Amino acid sequence: MRFILALLLTATIGFLAGLRLEWWSIALVAFLVALLIPQTIARSFLSGFLGIFLLWALLAIWINAKNDSTLSHEIAELFKLGGSSILLIFVTALIGGLVGGFAAMAGSSLRPVPKGRRI
Amino acid sequence: MRTIPFVISAIITIALVFALNKKWGPIPPIGKFLSPQQGFWQNAESIDGNRNENLSFKNLKGKVSVYLDERLVPHVFAQNNEDAYFVQGYLHAKYRLFQMELQTYAAAGRISEHLGNDPRFINFDREQRRSGMVYGAENALKAFESDPVSKKICDAYTAGVNSYINSLTESSIPVEYKILDYRPEPWSNFKIALFLKQMSKTLAGYDQDLQHTLSKPNLSFDDLMQLDEQVPDSLVPIIPKGTVFESPGVTPVKPANADSLYFEKKDTAKVVEYSKPNPNNGSNNWAVSGKKTKTGAPILCNDPHLELTFPSVWYEMQITTPNVNVYGVTFPGSPNVIIGFNDNIAWGVTNAQRDVRDYYEIQFKDESRKEYMYNGNWTPTDLKIDTIKVKGGATVYDTIAFTVFGPVVYDRTFSKQLSNNKAIALRWTAHDESNEELSLYKLNRAKNYDEYLEAIKSFSCPGQNFVFASKQGDIAIWQQGKFPARWYGQGTYLMPGIDSSYQWQGFIPQNENPHAHLDSGFLESANQRPVDSTYPYFIPGNYITARGISIARHLSQMESITIDDMKALQNNYYSVFAEGARNILLKYVNENALSADGKRFVNMVRNWDLNTTPNSTATTVYQTWFDSLEVGIWRDEWRRDSLVMPFPTEQTLLEWINKDSAFKYVDNINTPEKETINDVITQALQNAIPELKEEETEGKLEWAKHKDPTIFHLLKEGVMPFARKIHVGGWSNVINAVTDTHGPSWRMIVQLSDPIEAYGVYPGGQDGNPASKFYDNFVDAWATGQYYRLWFMKENESKDKRIIGTLTFTNS
Repeated sequence: MRFILALLLTATIGFLAGLRLEWWSIALVAFLVALLIPQTIARSFLSGFLGIFLLWALLAIWINAKNDSTLSHEIAELFKLGGSSILLIFVTALIGGLVGGFAAMAGSSLRPVPKGRRI
Repeated sequence: MRTIPFVISAIITIALVFALNKKWGPIPPIGKFLSPQQGFWQNAESIDGNRNENLSFKNLKGKVSVYLDERLVPHVFAQNNEDAYFVQGYLHAKYRLFQMELQTYAAAGRISEHLGNDPRFINFDREQRRSGMVYGAENALKAFESDPVSKKICDAYTAGVNSYINSLTESSIPVEYKILDYRPEPWSNFKIALFLKQMSKTLAGYDQDLQHTLSKPNLSFDDLMQLDEQVPDSLVPIIPKGTVFESPGVTPVKPANADSLYFEKKDTAKVVEYSKPNPNNGSNNWAVSGKKTKTGAPILCNDPHLELTFPSVWYEMQITTPNVNVYGVTFPGSPNVIIGFNDNIAWGVTNAQRDVRDYYEIQFKDESRKEYMYNGNWTPTDLKIDTIKVKGGATVYDTIAFTVFGPVVYDRTFSKQLSNNKAIALRWTAHDESNEELSLYKLNRAKNYDEYLEAIKSFSCPGQNFVFASKQGDIAIWQQGKFPARWYGQGTYLMPGIDSSYQWQGFIPQNENPHAHLDSGFLESANQRPVDSTYPYFIPGNYITARGISIARHLSQMESITIDDMKALQNNYYSVFAEGARNILLKYVNENALSADGKRFVNMVRNWDLNTTPNSTATTVYQTWFDSLEVGIWRDEWRRDSLVMPFPTEQTLLEWINKDSAFKYVDNINTPEKETINDVITQALQNAIPELKEEETEGKLEWAKHKDPTIFHLLKEGVMPFARKIHVGGWSNVINAVTDTHGPSWRMIVQLSDPIEAYGVYPGGQDGNPASKFYDNFVDAWATGQYYRLWFMKENESKDKRIIGTLTFTNS
């Protein structure tokens, strides 16, 4: 439950922050969400990763559909991804996910260690 | 808190964000670039998105409606001129901002600032500044701003561009900025001037003075004049032969010491010139009077040949105010319509090709470059320190010395080959104060011949052939520009610059510029020499002869001309030049000496219909053979010692062989034998056979595959996915002048009937955004010779179904 909550919060607040702030605001959001919602470090990493991964993937898929893959195809050629829009969407999501994941991990590891539980 | 995991993950996060926010070589900042909310995804506009907008700006006086038609051509309806130019600036920026900025950065010698730390970029920037591009733009700006009309339109245009720039956010800047990782800067009237100077460089920035100077040990002036022929035998000049010219108003006098100090002086040093414009920047235009057309209305045609790029150099639009109703193509970067028509007239331009640049050898007193010898006195230079910012490198400071002749382009600090106190200054008409914007403004509004002439007569640089046709039935052409009145041979070589005796003594009076005004027949220009040998001035230039012959031949035979005839003529692939060139190839080739392949290739050329169509294999064989012949004739003399001279033109070669097949350059000076023309022509084919065979095996012998024409994005090879290959024939010497990267950048046909019927097409699209369906949507039509009917919209047609969006601008 906490995992789903953390994931959704990361994605939602990440989206809102992205409307106004620089792209790396996703790191701040993932960090803060993980700081507030108690989870193991591993689960925090995963919720941060997936929160941003899904946010970026869904946004890219939506934009790409409306653009008929025109630009993504060309950028995917430029990045030597064989012109594959799908692959470019995956790379986009992965990059965002990694930043979100490690930021969440940092946030989570700042929390006090719960008694009787191992790291 | 768990310290170790925290430290590790925090470091990874910060390192990731840092690395992904930074540009690595050509790779953009990946995180920023891929972010769907800031990066390139934001440029991936919705294909069928809503194109209606309501915008308000405090600069506007009234309401402006912009109707975007189905080709994304804006039809601007404004209540006054300034509002119209504000909106023109806004639209240029909205669809073409990256291009506008890049072109003006290039003009100003600022590409290192954005493209990076590369000696090629830095040398380019230095040469631009040293050749006086910025200086010329400063002078042009003075002219724009000293006239109240041009100042108003430039101010309004600049305000429009800046209003758009100010509305941009990190996510909405064009994708090229994201790839290169920089931001647009504010626009200014100075940038309009810079843009026009870049056009001057493209069109009036070519000369061979320094190469000619280097050739002195091997070629006499007489040799050179014969090779660089002033009046080719086959010339069909712009101004019909037999026209009587007035006696010259200016008679320049050759200095008494010219033979010894100029023509025969041989101790000049070599310098490297970094960027020379393409001498094939040509164009065609013509006008036929109503007496030759089917409807009885004159028809005007124009196709300017420039580098074909994405985005195109052109942006199509209509501008309507109570004081003007004009349609045509515009330059993003400049107000007004450049080529087009209004309710009464149509006009078009081709390049004059005239040489308006001369070099002077300066003698500095010492290495400080603070003084130079002039008329017997050490005279102070005006030293200006230029600051060249370099992306990812140290700022370069360059000191440029200005003399009475112009800026010193090449000196010891820029050209290591030069000895200490020697330097080369450039005199160029593009340096002079002139107000081309006012000319264009008036031309957009001209109602008849007199107003057309009044508009263009102050147009200085780049010199253009302004063709004209009016609803009244008359046609005209003026080769208009500011051209130096030279004594015979002046400026062919680097000139002595220690006193005033070699300076330009004046300019050809404007009313003596070549011109014709007719009410029957036709007029045409295609970069040929404008006049025959009876014109009373020495007017060197890099003229191109063949296309003018083709056009004149067709037009003189045609009667009852229709618009479709004109479409066919603009797309004509026939090579007049190859008529003569093939004759000499076939006449002198020794077929018995050839292999079976060689004989087969000769037969292909023999059976060729002389059309440079995309699928023609004979065109490839012919052109490869002729190119090989040029190398065979010229290379031995033209590439020796320190000399690297462009070969004489193909026209020169053809006419020499026709006149004297044993002319002195036929012999290869590097062999003991004495070659004949038969040997050289046969050998030329033999040398070409391996390449031809290889192309044949690879299936690339078809002309379009061989020349491989490509429309590159302005960022060239760096962004190949934004480029397009095009399957088209043609060549620079045929009417449809598509080479590998150059060609007809806009084709326009205007019939001055009531109402006006006009057609046009350019190889690109209105929107510079590669994500847009309007990025390249005209290319296929252009490549297959199709045209769009140009919609000269009336405001009461605002409900027309062709309109796909309306931008409404109001005062805030």
